[in-house]
Amino acid sequence: MSHPHEDEHEHAKEIVETSGKWGMVIDQDICTGCQACVAACVMENNTSFIGDVREEDVAYGRSMQWIRIERFWQGEYPKVKMTDYQPMMCQQCGNAPCEPVCPVYASVHSAAEDLNLQVYNRCIGTRYCANNCPYQVRQFNWRDWPLPAPMTQRLNPDVTVRQRGVMEKCTFCIQRIHKGEDQAKSEGRDVMDGEIVPACAQACPADAIVFGRLDDPESKVSRKALDGRSFLQLEDLNTMPRVTYLKGGSTHGRNS
Amino acid sequence: MAVTAKPLPHAPEKAHGKEEEHENFHEHLMLDPKPRAEMNAMAMESMMSTNWKFWVVMVILAATVAYCLFYEWGVLIVDGQGTAGVTRPDYWGVFLVDVVFWIGISHAGTFISAILRVLKIEARRPFTRAAELMTTFGLVQAGISVFLHLGRVWVVYWMVPVPNQRTIWPDFHSPLMWDFMAITTYLLCSTMYLYLPLIPDLAMARDCTTGWRKAFYTVTSLGFRGNEFQWKHLATAMNIFAVAIIPVMFSVHTIVSWDFAMASRPGWSSTVFGPYFVIGALHSGISAVLLVLFLIRSTMKNMHYFLRLEHFDFLGRLSLIISMAWAYFYFNDYIVPWYGGGSVEKRLLDFLANGPEAPLWYLMLFCNIAVPWLILWNKNWRRKPWLMALVGIGINIGMYLERYIIIPVTVTITRSPFISRSYHPDIEIPITIGMFAFFLLLYMGASRLIPLIPVWEVEEGQVAHSLRTVGNTEVVSLSELE
Repeated sequence: MSHPHEDEHEHAKEIVETSGKWGMVIDQDICTGCQACVAACVMENNTSFIGDVREEDVAYGRSMQWIRIERFWQGEYPKVKMTDYQPMMCQQCGNAPCEPVCPVYASVHSAAEDLNLQVYNRCIGTRYCANNCPYQVRQFNWRDWPLPAPMTQRLNPDVTVRQRGVMEKCTFCIQRIHKGEDQAKSEGRDVMDGEIVPACAQACPADAIVFGRLDDPESKVSRKALDGRSFLQLEDLNTMPRVTYLKGGSTHGRNS
Repeated sequence: MAVTAKPLPHAPEKAHGKEEEHENFHEHLMLDPKPRAEMNAMAMESMMSTNWKFWVVMVILAATVAYCLFYEWGVLIVDGQGTAGVTRPDYWGVFLVDVVFWIGISHAGTFISAILRVLKIEARRPFTRAAELMTTFGLVQAGISVFLHLGRVWVVYWMVPVPNQRTIWPDFHSPLMWDFMAITTYLLCSTMYLYLPLIPDLAMARDCTTGWRKAFYTVTSLGFRGNEFQWKHLATAMNIFAVAIIPVMFSVHTIVSWDFAMASRPGWSSTVFGPYFVIGALHSGISAVLLVLFLIRSTMKNMHYFLRLEHFDFLGRLSLIISMAWAYFYFNDYIVPWYGGGSVEKRLLDFLANGPEAPLWYLMLFCNIAVPWLILWNKNWRRKPWLMALVGIGINIGMYLERYIIIPVTVTITRSPFISRSYHPDIEIPITIGMFAFFLLLYMGASRLIPLIPVWEVEEGQVAHSLRTVGNTEVVSLSELE
């Protein structure tokens, strides 16, 4: 009964819904916790420097990096054991809790990239999305953070500078994705695997962050995501994250 | 005219002497009638008399509102939400506690006025308007708190579903949109419902005044002359509103609770939140009415005639029952996550009972359960207005703490243990004080502009009540006025 085009569309939709389009794999076994990804992300995405302006705000938990290195420990002091470093950023959920709660469609799902978008211009600052995010990866502009004159040269012209009262979060460097797609289109070819690299993956000295197409089974990220060490963050919530983590620890030193 | 025998609450069943029995009956406002002209004059006098103390309080309140509410709000807008204490993961702070608190206060008016009117509870008559005014002014504060909370309040109109050139519609999936709709509906309905029973009293005031007041009441009373036709239509309109506003009242706080219950936070995602919030709202609302009635009675003229000990007694019993219902829901809200045994929920319950905010949790339980249960069972204590005012303050502190624990304390516990930080209110404190001052300012202003006692309702009740002698005893009889 259904139209063949509709079938195709349904099929494509199913692939995107189950696996996603753009995805990431983070190998906790080789992450050294050096925070190069954090610095690269700040530089790429025009994230405000808060420590320069109000140090006490950073102490109060208002730092705004889109990616953070989480570290935990097990056991009671003094017998504590460090766990693996865990870089944490927006998981670009396929079934995102942040999206339906926004009253003004500032937090939306993009059909083209299958990513969670935050529309800065549309945001009115209810902060419901951040409240509902189980990963706590959304950053709110609590104030306007002034940037002294020569420092404005560091701003990336491809990325909006955000106003106070606006929510923001990791975009998987969507400006780089668009640039890569445009480049490939102008050359009349498909985007090659590994051609598009977000700032964090580019900066990672251990190559612990791998980025690519999840709907392409031959891509590096798809193959890595099938590793036996892989797990998703808070999988029981069925948010369908697009970031896969590879467990470290007992498998230390073994690189799949 | 149908006549039904219906004893008043606490009508003495058997009295020893006839003299004593007679006095007891006259304790009831409904059985202690005064001529209409005299009662009208009393209501007008209480409305129009002010002294220097009144104006001093008004000036202090106005200054508090100007500085604490509006100036600090300006600071909040210009400097951003960082001036408040909110931070990750406590994205929602005291401003939303204020929203829930004020909407809770606003429930009392509708409950007392609409539900008790539909159920024909006679004790409601003298204080329906005092409670309805609390509804309207409480909702004003709730609306202000919503605006205070927003990061970019200057674009709040994007939540209003009006066609625009960008063809972007608000997202009706969001509980905040439901909330926005529910609060505006409730504000509109409750304002109209405040206004309808006010019309006969405004007409009465028009006939008793001169000067600017006369002009004001002439316009606001909409040409009400008190003829059969007008009374009939007014009664129809009030009946429709009284029945229609009850589901609106229940829905508005249920929807406020969905702001939390629909989120996937541990401690929030609970199906009991709807009725639990409604009962909580009634708990704080009715105790706030107790407090306000005490203030009115002790500061305004002639109020000892209208507001009697029986009314405090009645509200005290209502408060006790609602306190028990609240305790039941709170127990449910606690035991289900405990029995469910999720690791995050366990962490949360442990944090509430043993964490740094535990004193607030115990104080809340004391104020909401121990205070009403220990005091309100005793009839003599229920008839002491100052004690009832203290109970009202206690329950309101408890209910404020309850909302504080539900919002910023609960969200301290997240699924991501890496993010955990306790919340310290900052600019929220002066702004909240300013909101209380604004509520009092509006209320005091209104109490000198409109009759705070629905005189016609009291008169109607007094006409309907009579004492009849049946055999040896006198019984109260109540006629249905049609």
